[in-house]
Amino acid sequence: MRVTFEVNGREVSADNVWAGESLLYVLRERLGLPGSKNACEQGECGSCTVYLDGVTVCSCMVAAGQAQGRAVRTVEGMAEQGASGEARLSVIQEAFVEAGAVQCGFCTPGLLVQTEDLIARTVGRGRGVPEDAAIREHLSGNLCRCTGYEKIVEAVRTAAERTEEGAR
Amino acid sequence: MQFLSPATLAEALAAKGEQPDAVPIMGGTDVMVELNFDKHRPPALIDLTRIAELREWRVEPGHLRLGAGVPYTEIIDRLRGRAPGLAMAARAVASPQIRNRGSVGGNLGGGSPAGDAHPPLLAADATIELASARGVRRVAAREFYLGPRRTARQDDELITAVLLPEPAGPQQFCKIGTRNAMVIAVASFALALNGRTREVGTGIGSAGPTPLRARAAEEFIAAELDWDEATAPAPTAVRRFGELVAATARPIDDVRGSAEYRKHALSVMARRTLAWAVTDYRKEIATCA
Ligand SMILES: Cc1cc2nc3c(=O)[nH]c(=O)nc-3n(C[C@H](O)[C@H](O)[C@H](O)COP(=O)(O)OP(=O)(O)OC[C@H]3O[C@@H](n4cnc5c(N)ncnc54)[C@H](O)[C@@H]3O)c2cc1C
Ligand code: FES
Ligand code: FES
Repeated sequence: MRVTFEVNGREVSADNVWAGESLLYVLRERLGLPGSKNACEQGECGSCTVYLDGVTVCSCMVAAGQAQGRAVRTVEGMAEQGASGEARLSVIQEAFVEAGAVQCGFCTPGLLVQTEDLIARTVGRGRGVPEDAAIREHLSGNLCRCTGYEKIVEAVRTAAERTEEGAR
Repeated sequence: MQFLSPATLAEALAAKGEQPDAVPIMGGTDVMVELNFDKHRPPALIDLTRIAELREWRVEPGHLRLGAGVPYTEIIDRLRGRAPGLAMAARAVASPQIRNRGSVGGNLGGGSPAGDAHPPLLAADATIELASARGVRRVAAREFYLGPRRTARQDDELITAVLLPEPAGPQQFCKIGTRNAMVIAVASFALALNGRTREVGTGIGSAGPTPLRARAAEEFIAAELDWDEATAPAPTAVRRFGELVAATARPIDDVRGSAEYRKHALSVMARRTLAWAVTDYRKEIATCA
C-alpha cells in the first residue's frame, strides 16, 4: 500500500508498504530518515521516539498505515536555522553535546525528542525548569547503555534553564 | 495481509464481522511487538485510531463512559477524580511514550493477567461494553475474564467502552516490579471502598491465570470496617484481610517472581492499600461532615 503523511513539515509518500510495517521502518528504510534508531522494536528503549500529531510515541509501535495523513516530527526536524539560513543545533542538542551526554549516540535522537517534549510541557507552559525527578520520569522510557544517565539529566536541566532564560 | 482503516464504528464492526480473525489495532503497543517479531501474521489489521468515539470519554448519569481507545496519558491527566484507581494504574504502565498510545481497550483486548488496567476495573465493578454488527452488550468486568488470555469478548466483537461507576469512596492501586517504570507487574492489587453501599472491591493482577477478585477478603473487611467514623481497623483484621487476598491468588513461579513471593507481596499490598484507603476515607468523611 501507499502511505502519505507529513514529516518535519514536508509531505512524503512511501510505496509498497507492507500492512504490518512500522512507522520506524518506513522512516528509516523507505524515506531515508535514519535519525530515529531501531534498537529493540518492542517499545522498550525509546530510541525510535518521534512526535505523531504532537505527541511523542515509539515509532516502532505505530503501524505505518496509522500515520496516513498525520504529522510526524523526527530528530531530523530539530535543528534550527541560523542567521544566514544554515542549519544549527538546537538549544537541547547543544546542551547534550556540551554535557557529554552523547557517547555512542544510539539513544540520543529519542532522548532529544522526548526532552523537547518535556521542556515544552514544563518551561513552555510557564511551569519552570523541571526537577530532576520529573526529568528522570519523563525519560524513563529511553534507555542508554553508555552514559549512566547523569550527564543526560544534566544536559536536560541545562537545556531547560537556557530555554527559560531565552523566553524571558 | 490487509490494512483496513474504517472511519466509523459501523464500518469497523462490519469488517470484524466479515473477518473475525482480523486483528484490531489501537495504540499498537501489544500488536506491533507481535508483528515486529513475526510471532503472528493475521490476515488483516483493523486500525481503530480513526474512529472518533473510541477516543472520547464523557460523564453519564452514575458513571464515566471511557472510550476503549482513550490513551493512558489522558486518563492520568484528566480522569484522576472520576476514575482514581484506574488513573493510578495507568500511571504505573510502561513509559510516557507507551502511555501516550496504549489504551484500556487494548489491555482488555489482550487479556493478559498482568495488564495493569484489570485490577482497578474489577475493584470498581466496572462494566465493559462490547459491540458487533449483531448489536451492543454489556458485561461486568467481574465476568469478563474467563481464562488465560480468554475473555467474554466474541471474535466478531470490538470493545467500545468501559463504564466506571462514579466513585463513592477512595480507590487505591499498588504494583510490584523491579523498577519504577517500564515493568510488567510481578503482582498488583487494587482496592475500592464504597461508602454508599458499604462494600469493598478488590482486584488482583499477575497472580493467576486471569485477573482475580478476592471475594472472601472483600466480604470479611466490609463487615469489619467502621464505616461511620473510619477508625483504623484492628491489626488482626488487617492481617486477616491480607491473608484472604493472598489465599485467593493462584500464582505460578516464573521469571518475574515465585508463587510464594507473589502471595507474600499481595498480602503486603492488600494491607497497605487498605490503610491508605481508610485514611483517605476518614478525610472524606471529615470534609463532608
Ligand atoms: C515497552 C512496553 C511496556 C509495557 N508495559 C506495560 C505495563 O506496565 N502494564 C500493562 O498493563 N501493559 C504494558 N504493556 C502492554 C500494552 O502497552 C498494554 O497492554 C496496552 O494497554 C495495550 O493498548 P494498545 O491500545 O496499545 O493495544 P493494541 O496493541 O492496539 O491492542 C492490544 C490487543 O487488544 C486488541 N484490541 C485493541 N483495541 C481493541 C478494541 N477496541 N476491541 C477489541 N480488541 C481490541 C488488539 O487486537 C490486540 O489483541 C507494555 C507494552 C510495551 C511495548
Ligand atoms: S526501537 Fe522502538 S522503542 Fe526500541
Ligand atoms: S550514548 Fe550510547 S546508548 Fe546512550
